[in-house]
Amino acid sequence: MDRIPILKFGNTLLVTIQVDMHDRLATALEEDLTAKIVAHTARGVLIDISALEIVDSFMGRMLDNIAAVSRILDADTVVVGMRPAVAITLVELGLSLTGVKTALNVERGMALIHSRLAESEADDADDED
Amino acid sequence: MAGQAGSDIASLVSRNEATILPEWLELQKKAGTLHTGRISEGELQSQSKNFLHLLRDALAQGGSDVSNGAYEPAKAMLAELSRSRASQGFSPSETASFVFSLKQPLFNALNRDKSLSGEQIASTIWTTTVLLDELGLFTLEIFQKSREEVIIRQQREIAELSTPVVKLWDGILALPLIGTLDSQRTQVVMENLLQTIVDVEAEIAIIDITGVPMVDTLTAQHLLKTVAAARLMGADCLISGIRPQIAQTMVHLGVELNVISKSSLADAFAVALRQTGRAVVKTKRIDGAAVPDKKIGRQEA
Repeated sequence: MDRIPILKFGNTLLVTIQVDMHDRLATALEEDLTAKIVAHTARGVLIDISALEIVDSFMGRMLDNIAAVSRILDADTVVVGMRPAVAITLVELGLSLTGVKTALNVERGMALIHSRLAESEADDADDED
Repeated sequence: MAGQAGSDIASLVSRNEATILPEWLELQKKAGTLHTGRISEGELQSQSKNFLHLLRDALAQGGSDVSNGAYEPAKAMLAELSRSRASQGFSPSETASFVFSLKQPLFNALNRDKSLSGEQIASTIWTTTVLLDELGLFTLEIFQKSREEVIIRQQREIAELSTPVVKLWDGILALPLIGTLDSQRTQVVMENLLQTIVDVEAEIAIIDITGVPMVDTLTAQHLLKTVAAARLMGADCLISGIRPQIAQTMVHLGVELNVISKSSLADAFAVALRQTGRAVVKTKRIDGAAVPDKKIGRQEA
């Protein structure tokens, strides 16, 4: 069965969805990603969906789920590169993915994750003082 | 019998053309077709003469059945006339009276004509009435259609004109909305905004609703949809230009916009600048040096 590759980049996991997602692939991705977050103690997950053209309610829910799961495992999820048509579809479906952070492109997404990490590290440092 | 009546009228028209045409023109003038000066007398005369000839030919060839192919030239002429009058600003009844006012001259001619029996006259009158009514309605229909075309075109133009997306600064967009927001317009606005966000890699979009006359629950929902879609693309939205009355109505209706809202576009722009790590700083004016533009220099002097 096809799997979507998950790349480790520092303490961030990078997922690029470049094929049309079908339901089983999406479920597999959710499982793999959860396992990898724990294995690498990742603090951020970046999902690039700039190549994704078709989206349905299941796909929207899956993104929400991944964000929720990684939040429990102390990692921030950022979805980047959503196409206008996809954004409109999701909104029309009533899924505004309130639990997911978004950014325009990978660069901005990485910057967002890094600023989050810097903030939490600063908090940790404060706690230690 | 209908065919017979058709050719009867045709021959009647050709025999009495010399009297029918002036009478008809007189009636049209009385109805006020020329009063406003939208068409000249010569034009009206040539239109009337032309139509009378076409009608005669059609009657002779196609009887009194308007759907017959022989009526095509007459209909085409009426359609042309109707369209041009619609664009000249004639009212529907003024346009239709072009055809309807032909009745009386025809009946007068019929009365004067001694060659027909009473029975023939009765049937001819009936056929003429039906025929002219149909042609009159056809004229009205074309008139209406051409007005509708104008309306549709204008709607499209309004939709195109009224949804500009303006770049205020690097990464900051403004979307000044003017007019009522219905679902169709929201769709256009949303598509425009999202595409521009991608094109200029914007971080913040300011939706200015100063020009929106009224915000009800539906409009608010449309606004929120736009905000949600922009957020999914990774851009933050601010809403500005909420007028006092609108703010009150929104609270009374229980509408809540869960986004940063500011009363003026300037305030929202200031917030946007701050969020993108910029600030507007007042600088001390240095005479001449900082203002290379002579015009400004003169004003200051």
